Amino acid sequence: MELEAAKMIGAGLAAIALAGAGVGIGLIFGNYLSGAMRNPSAAQKQFPNLLLGFALAEATGLFGLVIALIILFAF
Amino acid sequence: MSTNPMHQFEVYRIGPEIKLGSLDLSFTNASLFMGISAMSILLFLFFGTKKKLLIPSKLQLISEMSYTFVAKMINDTAGSNAKPFFPFIFTLFMFVLFCNMIGMLPYSFTVTSHIIITFMLASIVFVGVTVIGFIKHGIKYLELFVPKGVPAILLPLIIIIEIISYLSRPVSLSVRLFANMMAGHTMLKVFGGFVISLGLLGGWLPLSFSVALTGLEILVAFLQAYVFAILTCIYLNDALNLNH
Repeated sequence: MELEAAKMIGAGLAAIALAGAGVGIGLIFGNYLSGAMRNPSAAQKQFPNLLLGFALAEATGLFGLVIALIILFAF
Repeated sequence: MSTNPMHQFEVYRIGPEIKLGSLDLSFTNASLFMGISAMSILLFLFFGTKKKLLIPSKLQLISEMSYTFVAKMINDTAGSNAKPFFPFIFTLFMFVLFCNMIGMLPYSFTVTSHIIITFMLASIVFVGVTVIGFIKHGIKYLELFVPKGVPAILLPLIIIIEIISYLSRPVSLSVRLFANMMAGHTMLKVFGGFVISLGLLGGWLPLSFSVALTGLEILVAFLQAYVFAILTCIYLNDALNLNH
């Protein structure tokens, strides 16, 4: 296989990382919402934790993007 | 040239070339925008705290809010022991926040979308936290790698995992900020390109989408500065309050 073609396939495969990030972000917001519905008075206090968890989960998907960029441009 | 979404990240020289041996110390657009960010923080805080009114003006209100926001964050995550480190974390938070926000202006340059800059910030945090931990606890700081209540048979494995996760802190801290900023700005550029290529008839859909994305990117710019600062607080908490 040509190196160029293999690079493109590899960069595309790196996009699978998005699946994990999607599951993670969905879990975080879903669980926050169900928790907030059960106990709305405690919801405001946990909002910073929600944002922290969201950012941490989103970053794992972006690591996939970094791998795609390394495959495309660094080799 | 301008349709390439990666073109916005190009670093180029402004003014004369300055060389020190093999080091290139020329003034670039990255240094220009870092200077602009630092100057705008200075001006913002200077004019915000100039006339200390009892009923604050808008600018004073915002600067006081940013102070209490960071002070509360440090107190909640790292405890009152971390109070002496308030200036450092406040500077870090404001610098990352202003770099991200100034990068959101059209035709500007996002300093934090370059890994070398975020990696330098993260390694300052990493080296600083490690040095503080060893100064405060001496050789006992290595107990950080030995969690309490782990069965002795698992201990060798756990210690290796803890050491690897400790050493990967600067990498994950820097890559998180860099990848978020770079992915967001690339996405904005790609959608901007769709508006041009679809023209007057079909371009309205990507245009409205890119307005929404700009809002999301402003949220992400704030959120990433917040996450950078709060993770610094968490690392500092490990170093200051061992085994708590």
